[in-house]
Amino acid sequence: MSLPPSGLSGLDPAWSREVTAVDSTGVERTWHVLDSGAGERGTLLCVHGNPSWSYLWRRLVAAPPPGWRVIAVDQMDMGFSDRTGTVRRLAQRIDDLDTVTAALGLTGPVVTVAHDWGGPVSLGWALRHTDQLAGVVLSNTGVHQPEESSAPTVIRAARTPGVLSVVTRNTRNFIRGGLFFSKPVPAPQIRKGYYAPYNKAARRLAIEQFVQDIPLEPGHPSAATLDAIADGLGALQDVPVLLLWGPRDPVFSDIYLRDLLGRMPHADVHRYEGSSHFVPEDAPTYAADVAAWVQDLGTQRPPREVSVARPLWDGVAQRRGDPAPAVIEMGSSARTISFGDLHNRIENIAAGMAASGIEAGDRIALLVQPGVDLTAILYGLWRRGAVVVVVDAGLGLRGIRTALRSAGPKYVIGGFKGLAAARTMGLAAQFISVGEAPGIKAVLTLDEIEERGAHAPVPDPPSATDPAALAFTSGATGPAKGVLYLHGQLQAQREALASLYSITTSDRLVAAFGPFALMGAALGIPSVVPDMNLTAPRTLTAQALADAVAAVDATMVFASPAALANIARTRTGVPAMPGVRLLLSTGAPVPAELLREVLSLFPSAQAHAPYGMTEVLPVADIDLKVMEAVGRGNGTCVGHPVPGVVVRISALDASGNATGSLSDQPWVTGEVCVQAAHTKQRYDRLWVTERAASRDVGWHRTGDVGHFDDHGRLWIEGRLVHVIVTADGPVTPVGRERRVESIPAVQRAAAVGIGPRGAQQVVIVAETESARSGLAPDGLRDVVRDVLREDVDDIPAVLTVSALPVDIRHNSKIDRVRVGRWAERVLNGGRVGTP
Amino acid sequence: MKVLLTGSSSLLGAQTVRALAQRGDTVAVMQRHPSTVADELGLTQHLGDVVDPQVATAAVEGADTVIHLAARVGVVGTRRQFFETNVVGTRVMLAAAKEAGVQRFVFVSSPSVAHTGRALAGCSAQPADPRHAKGEYSKSKALAEREVLAADGTGITTIAVRPHLVWGPGDTQLVGRIVERARQGRLALVAGGRPLIDTTYLDNAVDALVAAADRAEAGRGRAFIVSNGEPRTVDEMIARICEAAGERPPERSVPRAAAWMAGAVAETAWKVAGRDDDPPMTRFLAGQLGTAHWFDLRETREVLQWQPAVSLDEGFARLAASFA
Repeated sequence: MSLPPSGLSGLDPAWSREVTAVDSTGVERTWHVLDSGAGERGTLLCVHGNPSWSYLWRRLVAAPPPGWRVIAVDQMDMGFSDRTGTVRRLAQRIDDLDTVTAALGLTGPVVTVAHDWGGPVSLGWALRHTDQLAGVVLSNTGVHQPEESSAPTVIRAARTPGVLSVVTRNTRNFIRGGLFFSKPVPAPQIRKGYYAPYNKAARRLAIEQFVQDIPLEPGHPSAATLDAIADGLGALQDVPVLLLWGPRDPVFSDIYLRDLLGRMPHADVHRYEGSSHFVPEDAPTYAADVAAWVQDLGTQRPPREVSVARPLWDGVAQRRGDPAPAVIEMGSSARTISFGDLHNRIENIAAGMAASGIEAGDRIALLVQPGVDLTAILYGLWRRGAVVVVVDAGLGLRGIRTALRSAGPKYVIGGFKGLAAARTMGLAAQFISVGEAPGIKAVLTLDEIEERGAHAPVPDPPSATDPAALAFTSGATGPAKGVLYLHGQLQAQREALASLYSITTSDRLVAAFGPFALMGAALGIPSVVPDMNLTAPRTLTAQALADAVAAVDATMVFASPAALANIARTRTGVPAMPGVRLLLSTGAPVPAELLREVLSLFPSAQAHAPYGMTEVLPVADIDLKVMEAVGRGNGTCVGHPVPGVVVRISALDASGNATGSLSDQPWVTGEVCVQAAHTKQRYDRLWVTERAASRDVGWHRTGDVGHFDDHGRLWIEGRLVHVIVTADGPVTPVGRERRVESIPAVQRAAAVGIGPRGAQQVVIVAETESARSGLAPDGLRDVVRDVLREDVDDIPAVLTVSALPVDIRHNSKIDRVRVGRWAERVLNGGRVGTP
Repeated sequence: MKVLLTGSSSLLGAQTVRALAQRGDTVAVMQRHPSTVADELGLTQHLGDVVDPQVATAAVEGADTVIHLAARVGVVGTRRQFFETNVVGTRVMLAAAKEAGVQRFVFVSSPSVAHTGRALAGCSAQPADPRHAKGEYSKSKALAEREVLAADGTGITTIAVRPHLVWGPGDTQLVGRIVERARQGRLALVAGGRPLIDTTYLDNAVDALVAAADRAEAGRGRAFIVSNGEPRTVDEMIARICEAAGERPPERSVPRAAAWMAGAVAETAWKVAGRDDDPPMTRFLAGQLGTAHWFDLRETREVLQWQPAVSLDEGFARLAASFA
């Protein structure tokens, strides 16, 4: 053995130590290990994969969880451990790890931490030491080759005679190739660290042997060992498991994650969106995340109580004798279904699903246009106990792909268009088609399911504590996050909406907003989707809305601000609709002027705007009259918290972090925290995110920043990630943007920070009609400074653009992080371009 | 305090002398020629070059604080000339001060000692980097600052202050040149004048030098950046200076690369012609005008217990009054 050369980036020579012991074949060997030093609570035993060495774990060795020791072993023949000249197969490698831990005298609690092919080695060790096993952490690894995985192709290609040696031994290409999978590619000094022990062909021999030891075929010398490990994982049901996953790994794809989850369903999962194979490199925060997870071991959070109300499908079941229409489609291929028929279809679909092998708990993605079929399928799936993966077309194709990949559905149900799109997304899902889907390989059609269901028993319904739906955030501030709801939580949401807006079965709904288009059935009221493209709410005309209202003699209209804006534009000549009692603007903040304008079409209606998010809705509600009365303030007033919801503020500290204890004191700016029966259960496969969001037991941290006024009304000042931290403390964007938007020439504005957090400067980027991108004209700059005078911020510069980047779904949520980066580039003297 | 200030002929030097004298400090000055402020206030003057040990020894006699401001500035001159005045001169002053038992040595430096050419946005004071600093002035100041700070604790307390682009009424360096060029119609912006730069109104720089002398113990061995903490685009700064002087602001802009090329050409031409006035553009200037440099002042505020007292708006009003 030798020691790592000095000066490797991020590596402290003091961590290196030798472990000399007689291995299971009776030969004395010396291993190189990194050791963070004594820890009274236990040891994290880290095992690298191929091609790598303990360098992979340097961040964890540098910052162990308090009281824990971190040991990272260089596997024999790898890193700076001995070169034996022998072929070390999986079983031998497990023996080796045993030899090392015995020599080190590790007898206390151990958490194994492993990456890549270090996974099976560490699990082999874990299964031999269940008595001292305190936890298992795995990253991009596998214990079994799932049939549908493409990894064997890659490995087989590498194992082609003649190729393997060239790739792995004769050159550094295998290490290089592995590192270049990384997103982003590690800096040169880090790459140097990975190459360090493998500078000569002779030192790389094990890299080749490791690849040869992957049992792709039955009868392979290591196949039995690996199978035993895979089968043995059942014994770990009581052991906490954390899976840290890089979704962009071309070898250990999400299919391996699903395989591991199937074997260890209790595992905590965090997918680092954007990361590839080398998670410890691509997601440097992994070390802090592992530390947090290890610190949580043994602490039990009280389970959240789930309220129980009527099942989601009960609204339809109650009216099954009612010939009234439940769902009405508008437009050319319009269809209508009565409550009775809808009830039958729901039961048939549930029964047909069960008869077709779809299990309770299976994840099923829906790519179906809102309407009769979607309603029947959705409630049918709920009745079956399946988990419905709802992706809003507003995420855009890329966003949908990212969302679906993270959800990992077993089935995708879609029409031709939906399935054609899904086919390109690399999902390991089976397809179920709704209607004709020529050229698409579907295992089932909706018709087949319903036919089967007509003669099959309706399965037992799920309970309130069973998972019901996986919805996705809009992704306006980072990749869309999956949000898991239980049945009880969706029931609570229905009750909250019904009581807030006094909805009874005598109401009739026009829903021009995706998520609400499906709510009618749960409420037991007829609903209509107007003739529009729901993915582009801007397409809804006042006439199309009026037609929909007339079709059911609607009492309620739900629409997004983007749809309302177009309704306002096209309302000339459209007669008033006095039957509507409630106009609801939902999905994004709405200007009072717009709501007032649209209200002229609904002379007897009250206009409301609920505030909430994918994770919990509604949180608060504001009436148009209040909106108009409160006037301007620091942010947007969203009204009082609704009955059943408690809102508290966690104050921002001087560095812009929401560290304050939960309080309802007025005029304190901080993160909005919510407690409600209809809050999500958790973020899906985002353990780190979930831990941060629910760090106050029973509360959801929304990531929004705001304050209460003297009347207990909530004002939203922006997103936590958009808070600008100047030398004088945190500054929030929304209030400033509203004031700048009061300048007639400005259509939309973003207040962004440039420079490092803590020393940031506030820059205003204004969207104006005639603007060239770049510095604002002096006149506009001075007016902007003038309207912001009361905020006492210094505004070093004002920039203009012709269009600010906004989210696809609402066409209104500004990507301030992106705008900030652009502003900084421009003001650094860089290229102007567009944000 | 008994202060020796070198370089009192400069605007910053003269104003600092006034401020110190006004609050009752005993002030002596040292520079090559008699200075107006010393004559006016009747202060002791030591005439001579900073590289002359005899003058230096005589000058530091009896002082407890040295504020070393004398330097060769600008872009014209050889490496040797800059080295001689700025590095050797500083060594001589520092050695004389130590010899005489002076307690505090305040070195007036420049943020350019750590500016390697890349945009600086919200940066705190980085160590001086003579190898990568741009231009002979910055390189020589970087070397000198490093030596001064390294000497801290060797029987003397040292501190460095880096005021960035000082301007105000009577300033011939920044304001004077901009106004003169504007008058001649020879003023152009680089990169559309978009880069954000910090500047320092004269009085704030004076306050900071006085504060550094007072707080030398707290900030010993370290360098502190001083500016108004109100970054502005180059475009706005130049326009407002022109406006204050009643001149038309520039409308032309050249790309950064073109400005850099023009600077390289002009420097060579000036060298060949042996001219000792400033070329219209230099590579250093192209870099200064074409990239952002604004700073994080938190450390300076905290350690020196100093705040910029005069805002940019107030500064421009005073500048306009001085031209009226």
